[in-house]
Amino acid sequence: MEHATHGPELVHQFSDAQQQKNSASLGMWLFLVTEIMFFGGMFCAYLIYRISYFNAFAAGSQQLNIWMGGINTAVLIVSSVTVVLAVRAAQEGKRKLLVAYLVITILLGLTFLVIKGFEYKEKFEKHHVPGSTFNFTEKFDDNGKQIPVDSKNAELFFSLYFVMTGMHAIHMIIGCGLFTGLAILAWKGHYTSTYFTPIENGGLYWHLVDIIWIYLFPLLYLISRHS
Amino acid sequence: MASTTIPANQAPVEPKLNYLNNGHTIKSWLLTTDHKRIAMLYLVSVSAFFFLGGFFAMLIRLELLTPEGDLLAADTYNKVFTMHGIVMVFFFLVPVVPAILGNFLVPLMVGAKDLAFPRINLLSWYLYVIGGILFLHCMLNGGVDTGWTFYTPYSTSASNTNVVEAGLAIFIAGFSSIFTGLNFIVTVHRMRAPGLTWDRLPLFVWANYATSVVMILGTPVIAITMVLVIAERTLHLGIFDPRLGGDPVLFQHLFWFYSHPAVYIMILPSMGVISELIACFSRKRVFGYKFVALSSVAIAVFGFLVWAHHLFVAGISLYSAMVFSFLSFVVGVPSAVKVFNWTATLYKGSVSFATPMLYAFGFIGLFTIGGLTGLILATIGIDVHVTDTYFVVAHFHYVMVGGVLMGYLGGLHFWWPKITGRMYPEHWAKLSALFVFVGFNLTFFPQFILGYVGMPRRYWQYPPEFQVLNVLSTAGASVLAVGYLLPMIYLLWSLKYGPLAGDNPWGAAGLEWQTSSPPPTFNFDETPVVTWEAYNYEDIPAPKELEAPVVT
Repeated sequence: MEHATHGPELVHQFSDAQQQKNSASLGMWLFLVTEIMFFGGMFCAYLIYRISYFNAFAAGSQQLNIWMGGINTAVLIVSSVTVVLAVRAAQEGKRKLLVAYLVITILLGLTFLVIKGFEYKEKFEKHHVPGSTFNFTEKFDDNGKQIPVDSKNAELFFSLYFVMTGMHAIHMIIGCGLFTGLAILAWKGHYTSTYFTPIENGGLYWHLVDIIWIYLFPLLYLISRHS
Repeated sequence: MASTTIPANQAPVEPKLNYLNNGHTIKSWLLTTDHKRIAMLYLVSVSAFFFLGGFFAMLIRLELLTPEGDLLAADTYNKVFTMHGIVMVFFFLVPVVPAILGNFLVPLMVGAKDLAFPRINLLSWYLYVIGGILFLHCMLNGGVDTGWTFYTPYSTSASNTNVVEAGLAIFIAGFSSIFTGLNFIVTVHRMRAPGLTWDRLPLFVWANYATSVVMILGTPVIAITMVLVIAERTLHLGIFDPRLGGDPVLFQHLFWFYSHPAVYIMILPSMGVISELIACFSRKRVFGYKFVALSSVAIAVFGFLVWAHHLFVAGISLYSAMVFSFLSFVVGVPSAVKVFNWTATLYKGSVSFATPMLYAFGFIGLFTIGGLTGLILATIGIDVHVTDTYFVVAHFHYVMVGGVLMGYLGGLHFWWPKITGRMYPEHWAKLSALFVFVGFNLTFFPQFILGYVGMPRRYWQYPPEFQVLNVLSTAGASVLAVGYLLPMIYLLWSLKYGPLAGDNPWGAAGLEWQTSSPPPTFNFDETPVVTWEAYNYEDIPAPKELEAPVVT
């Protein structure tokens, strides 16, 4: 009722559509800042322990499945491309194309989660999940030289691995839910070439979650793997 | 000068349509997106938590009345001081000024119809309530005994109380404060009225802006810290567990990375209130406006660089202890800038002593003591001597209670006529301000001495030679309690029986005083255009007597 004097998408507290769009973008960027601080705490812990227990972390890293991690990285990079294409389709007002790209993005996100699930399963089978069943006898392979490591510290590595990738996976699940909502609204014709801020902001969220993985992958899987 | 004055015999009238009478159903309150109504929701819920935290405080003081542990069992005492701390810090001090006064005033002061994201604003209140209810549930199921600081490894492996639920409550309430901060930043950036440039913004808005920056940068870190503690307790991960090579001191770093800046989340908005009060009741522009504005930003920035002064005895290196000691002194500079500029504003001002101004004076005095003892604690040698004693307890109560609460009560009285359209009874208000000031000092000043001579904090019994000072402290707490209960009674009374206030009873500058009291739902009938500097008191006629409501 109070919106009667405005267009359908302009809410009452703003004086024009530009102000509304700018506010929404700024709000989203600020939210991304909070996400970076949130993950920052874990990255901080990772860096400190990696320096303290280098050999154990390298040995743990060598036990991660680089193929699954690598494929997942590729999947996420492709999904970022489809997000950009979705925003472009929204700009051009192509409704069906927009929905298609959103759905492809969701499917890629789900693919990532399924592969991640298989990866976690492998960790359970190898007893690399922290807790009473944890068992780590592998050595750090330093260019053929086998260096024994303290399994307690390897357990710390896997604690961080599960917390960081788990928190990332939760963000992926939220992202898939978010994009499902966006796809339904897009299908209903909610977005036009002049109003597609939620698509842009959803895209920003998706990119951020991707970027976090782009940091997680080398830190957990790659560095010092074959040093 | 007096050309704009309406003859004083014209009685103020209540505006026909305002935010309070725009809907009377419970639903119209619980689903409101009006920032003013959400501020009122916060007022009710935050006040409830304040009295809950106060109840725990009284239990602590009653236990410490005698040297023997006679009122509470030792482990009950541990739970009581823990829950006093958690309730007061996370459910009272952090939201009190930004979520109540800030929520109500920031859009009014910038000449906007509402905050940028009204629905997120409502969501933030619901998150606060959900966090609060979760904590109440945790409390009724045996509570938590780790201290509000949740230090590991006690919290992760030793304590058998409801750490997980308490941590989750703080995690959820944290998002409430993140959303408030996010909303304020966007509102200040994007929604200012035409002509309201950054150097014309009221200092209360500057202070809330700086606070919001701290909120969105700091709060996520406590959130992840709580997640890690919960994960460690439930999934047996070992991030802070020394048995797995984890480091409990890392927890302290992460915890204080938020919890030290959180002190500035609490105190900065109150400082903003004090700037408004000092200007209005001296009838002068705040001396050194730009310095006071930027000192808020400086406090927010430096506040992030001092956290490890909580770790001087935790085994950090002497080198980093010295750096953090130095930086802690540095953060004193912008705080001192504010105190000196407020004092300079009073100079040759036309000072009057209405209740809000009494609280402002109280703030300046008590915050100065709290701040200076902060410098004493930032000195490594002395800190080692008084760590975990009542000296520390007294110091942070001077800052948090003497500072934040004084600012809040001053602001609440100052804007009460705007919020409700009614005046509070001035004589009762002055009396309760007196009770608060005397009671506060009687409670906490003896604790400086107690701590200095060696009484440790967090014990339920103590050697008999400490009793005299503890009795004084408990007596003071009782006086303080009266000082807090009185406003609750007379403010509620004034809702019905208080005289109508009129739009601008104090003759104050600021856009919030140019709309009706209480304001209409969308704040202004027309978007205001600002052509003047903040605190243009030379252009505003002073009311004849500040105690009586006057229309200007």
